[in-house]
Amino acid sequence: MSVSFALLGLLENGPRHGYDLKRTYDDTFGRDRSLHYGQVYSTMARLLKNGHVEVESEPGDGPDRKRYAITDAGITDVAEWIARPEKPELYLQSTLYTKVVLALLTGRDAAEVLDSQRAEHLRLMRELTRRKSAGDLADELICDHALFHLEADLRWLELTAARLDRLAAQVKP
Amino acid sequence: MTDQALLSAEDLHLSFGETKALDGASLHVRAGEVVALMGPSGSGKSTLLHCLAGILSPESGRVAYAGRDLTAMSDSERSGLRRGEFGFVFQFGQLVPELTCLENVALPLRLSGTSRRAAHRIAGEWLDRLEVGDVAGKRPGQASGGQGQRVAVARALVAKPRVVFADEPTGALDSLNGELVMKLFIAAAKETGAAVVLVTHEARVAAWSDREAVVRDGKVREQEYAR
Repeated sequence: MSVSFALLGLLENGPRHGYDLKRTYDDTFGRDRSLHYGQVYSTMARLLKNGHVEVESEPGDGPDRKRYAITDAGITDVAEWIARPEKPELYLQSTLYTKVVLALLTGRDAAEVLDSQRAEHLRLMRELTRRKSAGDLADELICDHALFHLEADLRWLELTAARLDRLAAQVKP
Repeated sequence: MTDQALLSAEDLHLSFGETKALDGASLHVRAGEVVALMGPSGSGKSTLLHCLAGILSPESGRVAYAGRDLTAMSDSERSGLRRGEFGFVFQFGQLVPELTCLENVALPLRLSGTSRRAAHRIAGEWLDRLEVGDVAGKRPGQASGGQGQRVAVARALVAKPRVVFADEPTGALDSLNGELVMKLFIAAAKETGAAVVLVTHEARVAAWSDREAVVRDGKVREQEYAR
């Protein structure tokens, strides 16, 4: 969904060829995941059908020489998408919660479950920290977003570790 | 496993009244590595740091630095060690308010007999490295919180200690300033080869470490010592 809005938004500064659009997307948003050409062209075909882009023909066109331009309807769509707040993701820690409760119910070490998860979270946080200190501002912002989310998980792990006795008393028959 | 450790604690016990602050805590720190001590408030992580640094003496157990038993040293031997081999960064309030930032950073060098001129030159280089050269002539009270912590980091590292003890070094700072302090601190520590024992309850701060050790109820769960 957001790939299509991102491509559409990139056209606001002027018409582009498909390959140029892909390159700009990869440079700006791609990071680890660059777009396939196929995805660019299928997205453009859909946007064309919906009237959000139009094709500017060039003399001697082959299929790769199509230049895509955003329409007024496309601009309105991008504007609405940017302005619309995202629904906050409700991540209920369900898998981890299940593991902890099951460990308690079956007499396994629930603290160990939380500890090894913490180590795994920290390992990833270290990797992101290294990556952002070696990168540019864009890397830093992208990694920070992930780091803050991981940190929130970790706070849940801490709190749950501190409440294990109470949780055990509640879930055990 | 412990033979490579530059600094180690073995089975430390220490109580404050009825409260067992350390209850069999062990930790090993190798030269040049950054270890984060994590754990909830009251878990004993700061007490462990103070024992490792020779500020507190455990009731039982052993702290060894470079093969020497800290617990068997005299007070003056221990303070000599703290001055010569260790550096400290606390949450706040560690700089001498009457001295300028430059004089604060130069202080450890002056105490170990470096001439005033040389000490000030080296201190100035350290302030530049921590990107706070512009506060050299200011008193700590005239610097911002983030600048003050970077001055404190410069002071902790200026005498090329082999271990820096940092207790919640970013605890009083906002995310952006905390981030900058950690980035410059860890880069400088890695460059000089100092080991860092970092007490923090913040995962984003701990993420600057090479590994973490979790302190809970006065005991340490040390992450895999290898790597």
